[in-house]
Amino acid sequence: MARAVSPRRKLLTTLAAWAVALIIFFPVLWMILTSFKTEVSAVASPPQLFTADWTLENYAEVWARSDYPRFFWNSVVLSVGSTLLGLAIAIPSAWAMAFVPGKRTKDLLMWMLSTKMMPAVAVMIPLYLIFLWTGLIDTRIGLVIALMLMNLPIIIWMLYTYFKEIPGEILEAARMDGASLWGEILYVLTPMAIPGIASTMLLNIILAWNEAFWTIVLTTTKAAPLSAFIASFSAPQGLFYAKLSAASAMAIMPILILGWFSQKQLVRGLTFGAVK
Amino acid sequence: MTFTIRALLGACAVGAICSAAAAETTITVATVNNGDMVRMQGLMDDFYAKHPDIKVEWVTLEENVLRQNVTTDIATGGGQYDVITIGTYEVPIWGKQGWLESLNDLPADYDVDDLLPPIRGGLTVDGNLFASPFYGESSFLNYRKDLAEKAGITIPDAPTWDDIKAAAAAMTDQANGIYGICLRGKAGWGENMAFLTTMANSYGARWFDENWVPQFDQPEWKAVMTDYVEMLTKYGPPGASNNGYNENLTLSLQGKCAMRMDATVSAGALTDPKQSEFADKVGFALAPDAGLGKRANWLWAWSLAIPASSDAKDAAKTFINWATNKDYIALVASKEGWGAAPPGTRTSLYSNPDYAALPFAKMTIDSINAADPTNPTVKPVPYTGVQFVAIPEFAGLATSVGEIFSAALAGQKSVDDALAEAQALALDEMTASGYIK
Repeated sequence: MARAVSPRRKLLTTLAAWAVALIIFFPVLWMILTSFKTEVSAVASPPQLFTADWTLENYAEVWARSDYPRFFWNSVVLSVGSTLLGLAIAIPSAWAMAFVPGKRTKDLLMWMLSTKMMPAVAVMIPLYLIFLWTGLIDTRIGLVIALMLMNLPIIIWMLYTYFKEIPGEILEAARMDGASLWGEILYVLTPMAIPGIASTMLLNIILAWNEAFWTIVLTTTKAAPLSAFIASFSAPQGLFYAKLSAASAMAIMPILILGWFSQKQLVRGLTFGAVK
Repeated sequence: MTFTIRALLGACAVGAICSAAAAETTITVATVNNGDMVRMQGLMDDFYAKHPDIKVEWVTLEENVLRQNVTTDIATGGGQYDVITIGTYEVPIWGKQGWLESLNDLPADYDVDDLLPPIRGGLTVDGNLFASPFYGESSFLNYRKDLAEKAGITIPDAPTWDDIKAAAAAMTDQANGIYGICLRGKAGWGENMAFLTTMANSYGARWFDENWVPQFDQPEWKAVMTDYVEMLTKYGPPGASNNGYNENLTLSLQGKCAMRMDATVSAGALTDPKQSEFADKVGFALAPDAGLGKRANWLWAWSLAIPASSDAKDAAKTFINWATNKDYIALVASKEGWGAAPPGTRTSLYSNPDYAALPFAKMTIDSINAADPTNPTVKPVPYTGVQFVAIPEFAGLATSVGEIFSAALAGQKSVDDALAEAQALALDEMTASGYIK
C-alpha cells in the first residue's frame, strides 16, 4: 500500500526536485545561451544570462572553420563500434561470471573495476608507444579498441548485475532441451536480458562519445572525434567563449537527443537491482 | 591498333595522375586557437597557389592540450606532427634536447636578419634558430586617458612603480565601478606568475641565484609582493585573485580598469571601436620600472617549429617560410588592414609607415626591445627567460607558487607566510631535481 503523502510535502519535494534539476542543467543552459551571443556579450562583466545581441554567427563560423561532419562521423564510429565490440566480449564474460562462477570470480570483478581507478595519464606514454609501434595512432580501429578496453569493466559489471537477476533454472531448462552453449547465450539469455543490454549499450555509447583524453591524445586528423573538435575551439588567451559554446552545443546535441529518447532505458539500467 | 593507342593513352593518363598524387606531400600542423592562427588558416589559398604540391592538415588544440600532445609525440619520436606551434618557454628546452629541427637553412628570402633581435635571441640555442616567430608580444600599460585627465594626472611614457601607485590611487572610483589598476591574479605559470616574475625583475628580485638557490626569502620579493597585494587590494577590482588575461581584458574593454598591465597583443582589441566603447580614450605606456634599469615587461612569441621526428621536413620548412615571411605580413595587411598584421616579429613591420601610424605600434616595439631574455634581471641569474625560467621544472613549480601567491592576494595568508611557503617549496623542488647539490 502506498504511503499517504500530504500535498504540502508533495509540493516541497517537487520544488526541491526542480531546483536540483535546474542547478544540474544550468551549465548546459548557460552554454547554449552563450552560443547565441556575440563574443563581447559572452564575456560581459557582470555576466548576463540574456543579451540583446542574439546571433547565429558563431554556428556559421564554427561550421565554416571545421569539418564537423567528419568529426561527427568519427564520434559515431568510435562510440558505437567500441560499445558493440565491448558487448561481444562482455556478454560471454558476464555469462560465465554470473552462471558459472569460479573461486576467483569476485576477485576478478574487483580487479577489473580497480583498473578504472587508475588515472589515464599514468599509462599515456606506454599506450602511446604501443599504438605507435602497431600503426594504430590516429586510426578509428585503434580508438575503437582503446575505448572498448576503457569501458569494458563497466560493461561487464553492468551485464553481470543483470544476468544475476535471471534465474539460472531457465538456462538449465534450455540445456535440458538440447541447447548448445552459444544457443543458450544467444537465444535464451540475450533476449531475456535485452533491456539490460540496451541500457548498458546506451550508457557506454554516451561514455565513449564524451571521452576526451584518449580521443585527443591518440588522434591528430583522421580519427579525431567531436571531443577534439571542441578542443580546437578552446583558447585561454582569447575571447572565443561564444564560438566554444557553439562548438560544444554542436558536439553534445546528438548524444543529448539520443539520451532524451532513450531515458526510459537509461533510468531502468541505472536503477536495475536497486529495488527488489 | 586504335585499341592499343587508346590503352596507351589511358595508361599515360593514369600514370600522370598517380605520379602527381605521389608527388603531393601532406604535412600536419599543430596549432593553438587564437585570432592570428585562425586568420592564417583562412589565407591558405595563397599557400596552395604557390605550393600546389603540399597539402596542409590542421590540428587545432587548446594551449595546454597542444603542449601535452606535442610533448608526448616528440618525446616518443612519434612523428605525428610536421609543424608545431610552440611558445618561447619550450624552444630553448626542446632545442637543447635535440627535439627540434634547426631552421638555419631557410631560404634567403626568409631574411632572418629582419627578425627582432630579442625575439630571435629567445628562439636560438647554440647558434641554431629552432623556431620561426609567427607573432611576438611584450607587456605594457594601457590606461584610460579621460580618467587620467579627470584625476588631473599625467602618466609618463616610461613610468615608475611610484607613478603607477599614485595614478591608481587618483583614478580609483569604486562607487562608480572604476578600478585604479587591473593586474593578473589568477594562479598559473602563464597567468599571475608571468606578471609577478616581470614585476620582480624590475624590483631587483630573481627566482634563483647563480647556484639555483630560490630567492623568495630576500627583501626584494617581500617588496614585490607587498606592493602587488596592496595595489590590488586597495585599487583593484573585486575578486582580483580570480582574474587572468581574459577577465582583465574584458574589464578594460568595458572601461572599468583605469590602468591595466598586460600583453601588447591586446592593443588591437582595446583600440577597436567594435569591441570597446573606450577605444578612442585608451593610452599606452611602457611597463614600469623601479629605477634599477629593468622594466616589468615580458617577452613571448608563438612560433612555428619542426619536430626532429617529422618525415616531411622540406615541405614543413616551405610552409614555415610562407607563414612567417615578410610577404605573409603584407598579405594579411592587404586583405584585412595593417592592424591585423601579426605583430612583434620583424623589424621591417615597424619601419613601415602604415604600420608605424597605428597608436600601439611604437609602444609595442619599444616594449619588446626593452626585454632581454638572456639577461632578464638586475642581479645575475643562471637561467634565460624574462617571465619564466627556461627549465622543464618551471611550469609545475611556478604554478604551485602562483597558487600560494594567489591565496595571499585573496587574503587567505599573509605575504610573509606566502613567501616562506614558496621558498620552502622551491627549495625542495630544486634539490629534488638536482640543481642544488
